Amino acid sequence: MSAGTIVSLPDQSTARIPKMNFLTRENGLLSWLLTGDHKRIATLYLISITFFFFIGGALAGLIRLELLTPQTSLMAADTYNKVFTMHGIIMIFFFLVPSVPATLGNFLIPMMIGAKDLALPKVNLLSWYLYIIGGAMGVYVMATGGVDTGWTFTTPLSTHYVNTHVISTALAAFIAGFSSVFTGLNFIVTIHKMRCPGMTWFRLPLFVWANYAASILMVLGTPVLAITLVLIILERTVGIGVFDPAKGGDPLLFQHLFWFYSHPAVYIMILPGMGVISEVVSTFSRKRVFGYTAVAFSSVAIAVFGFFVWAHHMFIMGISNYAALIFSLLTMLVAVPSAIKIFNWTFTLYKGSITFETPMLYAFGFMGLFTIGGLTGVFLGTTGTDIHLTETYFIVAHFHFVMVGGMLMAFLSGMHFWWPKWTGRMYPEKISQFAAVVTFIGFNFTFFPQFILGMLGMPRRYAAYPPEFQALNVFSTAGASILGVGYLLPILYLTWSLKYGAVAGNNPWQATGLEWQTQSPPLTENFLEIPVMDHEAYDYEWLEKQQEKEVASVG
Amino acid sequence: MDHISPVLWQFLQKWLTHFALFPPEASTVAPQSDALFFFMVLVSLIGLTIVVLLIVGFSILYSKKRHPQAVQIEGSTLLEATWTIIPLGLFLVMFVWGALLYFRIYTPPANAMNIYVVGKQWMWKAEHPGGQHEINALHVPMGRPVQVTLISQDVFHSFSIPAFRVKREAIPGRYTTVWFEATAVGTYHLFCTQYCGTDHSQMIGDVIVMTPEDYKKWLESSTSGNSLAQDGERLFASLSCSACHNTRPDARGPSLANVYNARLTLSSGQTVTVDDAYLRDAILDPSQHTTQGYAPIMPTYRGQISEEGVIALVEYIKNLDSDYRVQQTLNTTDLLPETEGGSPRRPAGAKAPAAEKEVKP
Repeated sequence: MSAGTIVSLPDQSTARIPKMNFLTRENGLLSWLLTGDHKRIATLYLISITFFFFIGGALAGLIRLELLTPQTSLMAADTYNKVFTMHGIIMIFFFLVPSVPATLGNFLIPMMIGAKDLALPKVNLLSWYLYIIGGAMGVYVMATGGVDTGWTFTTPLSTHYVNTHVISTALAAFIAGFSSVFTGLNFIVTIHKMRCPGMTWFRLPLFVWANYAASILMVLGTPVLAITLVLIILERTVGIGVFDPAKGGDPLLFQHLFWFYSHPAVYIMILPGMGVISEVVSTFSRKRVFGYTAVAFSSVAIAVFGFFVWAHHMFIMGISNYAALIFSLLTMLVAVPSAIKIFNWTFTLYKGSITFETPMLYAFGFMGLFTIGGLTGVFLGTTGTDIHLTETYFIVAHFHFVMVGGMLMAFLSGMHFWWPKWTGRMYPEKISQFAAVVTFIGFNFTFFPQFILGMLGMPRRYAAYPPEFQALNVFSTAGASILGVGYLLPILYLTWSLKYGAVAGNNPWQATGLEWQTQSPPLTENFLEIPVMDHEAYDYEWLEKQQEKEVASVG
Repeated sequence: MDHISPVLWQFLQKWLTHFALFPPEASTVAPQSDALFFFMVLVSLIGLTIVVLLIVGFSILYSKKRHPQAVQIEGSTLLEATWTIIPLGLFLVMFVWGALLYFRIYTPPANAMNIYVVGKQWMWKAEHPGGQHEINALHVPMGRPVQVTLISQDVFHSFSIPAFRVKREAIPGRYTTVWFEATAVGTYHLFCTQYCGTDHSQMIGDVIVMTPEDYKKWLESSTSGNSLAQDGERLFASLSCSACHNTRPDARGPSLANVYNARLTLSSGQTVTVDDAYLRDAILDPSQHTTQGYAPIMPTYRGQISEEGVIALVEYIKNLDSDYRVQQTLNTTDLLPETEGGSPRRPAGAKAPAAEKEVKP
């Protein structure tokens, strides 16, 4: 083992991928489509969300190309409106919400808690089918003319004024929403009921805590979105008038209902990513996460407070000044647990023994970009400055820092980290480190100029804009092309590694989680026998003793 | 500059004119808003620097090469309390500072002059009390507080003037207000910042700040002849409002003189203060807004009057300080031939196009 890395691989001349594992257990398409195995379902999810990510990414590329010039030179305003709407809907409902929970969460939670599978394997498969039906409807909408309401479906625009596929899109999001409810339900039941002997709540890996908190949000928040979307459909078809002022309805009610889901939804999107970062930072600094309980409880605090801040999306919408005051105060409170997490991860490094493999580089990227994303969130949570900055590119930059700089970085970090467990093979280290750096640079080039554009007052969702905003938009588009390269590289080398990657062995990172104490790729049942948790989470001394024992017994 | 190629020079020049980094500050709240903004930028930079320095520092000090064996540390209540309390304290400072600013921006001073703005797909229509109508332009005097009362005729729009650091949503079915006091003569962007359909990005205009003298000249040269209240008066007559809202002993509706800002008891027992929003609701949805002691016989005018028409009526009722004018109106109604009263939109609508032409570029 060299000094700069913790990777310890088995002897490549003799190492083989275990013949019996969850991938080789059964063959044929049907064995995949009818599977109950959480790892196979996670694989199905991984393939499908990657597909949607690249559709959404291509749409983002179109947006950035259009914004190269102040005029609408690439496409008509209507087309542009459809493109940014589809970009938002696909990225949020079909990529970000299921990204970490449905892939990494599905794959890892049973293994991390020492269980054979999720509590409800058939429901798990059903969520994937619901997701695919929703996604297929989304693609159908796009193929047959698209929708131009914005991903926020704002009434009365969506109910009375646009003439595009609002109903099919709302149904698509409605169906995909149930997929997320079922996933959340499954996780909650599994984490409560299926922990192996000795796995107490405070021995759970922080990834499990984070997903548990996100699951609560999914189960409690998503039904509100479902109801809201049904009301939109009813208003469009039979004109019930809940949101129509001409019939005594209130369009602000829609905003309240929509953001009651959609604000917690941003925590659904970010919390599982925070879980990934906890695992990665601990493993690559060989240290227990600093203040385990604080990090665990901050996830729960974010989940709880996250439900009470929705109206900070409506400070300028004529809600009472005093309501704005309370929502602003609560928003400040929800910012604190995120700050705690950042500092706890940073101090996990203190007196650690740090190495810089790709997952760790992505994790560093996450910490930097999420800090910027979080702090700019405070600009928007503060009522006075929100007036100027909201609905401009400042808000676009802010949520891309959190969602793309945060969640996507965490997702890539996690994908690289658990790739050897998933496939049994290592990804190529050098090129992936390069990709991580390219992504970080491209990201900053793309989205940092948008903060300045927002301060200048450039409104979001504009197909054309005044010429003085052009230079910064050119920067942003140039950055987006770098970012595109950063995202294409992993697809290429990860696919390559499926056949040519080095054989990883059980525990290439010398990590402590239960998932690393079994073969890679794991058996369908995960473990030969149900493990017993006899140590705390992130106990690297236990791991060393364990390895000494193994060496002794083999020798 | 002869050693720079003209093409490059042209390019540089174009680049620089297309490269703004900071918006102009042209209202009294703009410097206040920016002060808080820069305070937050400063705090963020310090916070970010601390995080980055710690990460980089620890990465160097405790890299595996230098520090092969990690030291296990459980946590530190003192440190964790520090980084809970300090950010919380800073966030609370921002919260209080921001709230003060928010209340300032959304609480118009009593002496503010009022301009109505109607948002519709895809234009801003401004109605000045003096009867000046503008589209995608707003002329305002410098050094005088201006309140803008907003409403949307169709979907959500948002009225944003970045140079003034103010923004307010224009919502269908309810009035919202924002105010500003311009401090520098010039032309500034007016944006719609809430996505409102196809031509959302064309729903932009100019806010023209003028010296009080120029503004006065502009007012005189752009009037449509009738003030907004006069338009309202005509509408009041043509819709036969005065048939009930008069001071006759047997009047079926309450007198509207001095009703603005008065406290009314409704037949539901609720007490309300009469403001623009109440007047609008009472015209469009009268059955829910019957004054105590009167029968709920007023028909709704929803769908019969445009938002501009409602604004004219509200402006008329607002300025109605004696019954004398109603009496006059009443008399005119009696004299008007049937046909005049049959087209309610005509008095307000007929004037508008002529004046709009003047301000359109």
